[in-house]
Amino acid sequence: MLDFSLSDEQKAIQQVAHEFAEKEIRPLAAEYDETEHFPEEFVEKAFKAGLTYPYVPEEYGGQGMDFLTACIVGEELAWGCCGFATILNANNLGSTPILLAGTEEQKRKWFGELTSRPTLAAMALTEPGAGSDAGSVQSTAVREGDHYVLNGTKCFISNGGLADVTTVFASTDRSKGTRGLSCFIVPKGEGISPGKKERKMGVRASATYEVILDNCRVPAENLLGEEGQGFKIAMMTLDKARVSVGSASVGIARAAMEAAVDYAKQRVQFGRPVAEFQAVQFMLADMAIQIEAARLLYMKAAWLETQGLPFTKEAAICKTFCSDVAMRVTTDVVQVFGGYGYMREYPVEKYMRDAKINQIWDGTNQIQRMVIGRIITS
Amino acid sequence: MNMVVCVKRVPDTAESEVHIDSSGKGIETGKLSFRMNDADNYAVEEAILIKEKIGGTVNVISIGDEKSDEQIRMALAKGGDEAVRITDPALEGSDGFALAKALAAAVKGMEYDLVLTGALADDDGCAVVGVALAELLGVPHAAYVKKVEVLEDGKRIKVGRELEGGLMEFLEMDLPAVLTIQTGINEPRYASFKGIKAAAKKEIAVKSVADLGLDPSEVGEAGSWAVLESFSYPVVGEKAEILEGDPAETAAKLAAILKEKGLV
Ligand SMILES: Cc1cc2nc3c(=O)[nH]c(=O)nc-3n(C[C@H](O)[C@H](O)[C@H](O)COP(=O)(O)OP(=O)(O)OC[C@H]3O[C@@H](n4cnc5c(N)ncnc54)[C@H](O)[C@@H]3O)c2cc1C
Repeated sequence: MLDFSLSDEQKAIQQVAHEFAEKEIRPLAAEYDETEHFPEEFVEKAFKAGLTYPYVPEEYGGQGMDFLTACIVGEELAWGCCGFATILNANNLGSTPILLAGTEEQKRKWFGELTSRPTLAAMALTEPGAGSDAGSVQSTAVREGDHYVLNGTKCFISNGGLADVTTVFASTDRSKGTRGLSCFIVPKGEGISPGKKERKMGVRASATYEVILDNCRVPAENLLGEEGQGFKIAMMTLDKARVSVGSASVGIARAAMEAAVDYAKQRVQFGRPVAEFQAVQFMLADMAIQIEAARLLYMKAAWLETQGLPFTKEAAICKTFCSDVAMRVTTDVVQVFGGYGYMREYPVEKYMRDAKINQIWDGTNQIQRMVIGRIITS
Repeated sequence: MNMVVCVKRVPDTAESEVHIDSSGKGIETGKLSFRMNDADNYAVEEAILIKEKIGGTVNVISIGDEKSDEQIRMALAKGGDEAVRITDPALEGSDGFALAKALAAAVKGMEYDLVLTGALADDDGCAVVGVALAELLGVPHAAYVKKVEVLEDGKRIKVGRELEGGLMEFLEMDLPAVLTIQTGINEPRYASFKGIKAAAKKEIAVKSVADLGLDPSEVGEAGSWAVLESFSYPVVGEKAEILEGDPAETAAKLAAILKEKGLV
């Protein structure tokens, strides 16, 4: 049986998230895009509203949403501003390794800490020399008695350096390549510090930092899973993150399309609203077609996850399609606005800048195509 | 403190075009989204704040069809305890006074110290129901309330009413009482997913007019003082003068007119 309807509870939390995005995010979006400051008070508001750590089970202090519901919320938040949504998505990214690979004790301890107050989490995988090729991570973790000592430099880390808890991927055995990678829970403190803060094209309310590990000592009990399981944990985490990227992309595209429809109905040229010109109306129609398809893809991928079914391929398909849709739609939205769309006074050039990152992070769309290609030809 | 909050489902017309429907007595709602009336949302929050501070219960009432359950459940998700929905075809065409009769009949069946309603509904903008409800219940009321303080014995309250020009009038009142709450009195919370799930399990008691001990003729058009005849669009005034030309020209013309009429 196929059922496309959302449950009453899903509709209710969607409405809450929409209202939150409308009242708490949208009014600040332009300002934080311009200043590139980090909106501390937003984290507090999201915490109070019950929108942080959405798919962490209630028993660990999370909101207890299933993954699909969390993605529906994610779409609304990104509709408000993808930069703000990224702060919460980076929390999810950073804490998901604990959810997927943590022992009962680790989950209780770390989610206890993360969910009891407004907090940030980060996942530190990428390095200057290890982007798409995540397996070539150079950071090291050396066991010394009942501790590991971590050294290395991570880059482009969302919430990096600010995070209360960072899941860090480092090599415990360089000779083994990806099979030598391990994942560690690193609390804020001595040995882990922010490096340079990046100045970005879009999602500028989200802070992206270099993260420096300098003889960072963590207790051995902070190892997630076993030594050598790091790469697998990273890939499983990214599967979920890719679906979240899909839902966020749909949020941006939808916000942009709404702006274009409103504008096209009001902007008069040659004596008629430009929405009445077929060339413009077809652009709007193409946006609607793409957004509808994109939403179904992220929902399908998220649904597979809730059923405990494999979804690596669908996550990659969703991430690629939705972010490509967001890029095309936002580009066309600027076109519908004409010269006004190019001006920073209007919100639509920001949508275009915000959309772009979704084709890059959590595995570029080229890498996604490799993942899909490998699965369908194996 | 036992509290009752009245909430209404209204169309969100802030950003949408509004069109009169074919009956001439309503608007086309097909493309509109619906939400809880803004002021009612503040009334719900105020009741929950009082409950959190001094304890008590919050009963939610709404008049409407089953779609109103959405708004009722949102109030329950934020901390409401029980809920009643009054649904009856006989209510069709009711004015504020007739609606207040139905609400009063429902409230009389409950233990209550304080009834909270929104000051004004965003759709009809009548601001009648809360005040009429107080009259029908035979208890004191205060309208456009922007501050509520429960006095120590819990039998009296101090309320601040918003007057013109930002003035506040403070009064002390005996309970039971009805307050119509003005937006801005507090910061309404967001319902959490946990709250939403708990609310989904709660039962909403559905009552007809007869269940409340009223005769159908007491509500609807028959039981109303005011009957809605029709909606119409405002006629475009003939006095409007549209200035033509490029911005510099029109600005100059406008300035000349303002000067001529002695307005600047
Ligand atoms: C704003 C922002 C936030 C980020 N947040 C985080 C975070 O929180 N945590 C984290 O760990 N990382 C984060 N990243 C890193 C991000 O995941 C990487 O940037 C991304 O994986 C790409 O790596 P790269 O930048 O090194 O590009 P490269 O790997 O150098 O890629 C360059 C180009 O080559 C292509 N390419 C590379 N290899 C192949 C191949 N085998 N076949 C075909 N094409 C290929 C790529 O598609 C791309 O077009 C973030 C990045 C940004 C920009």
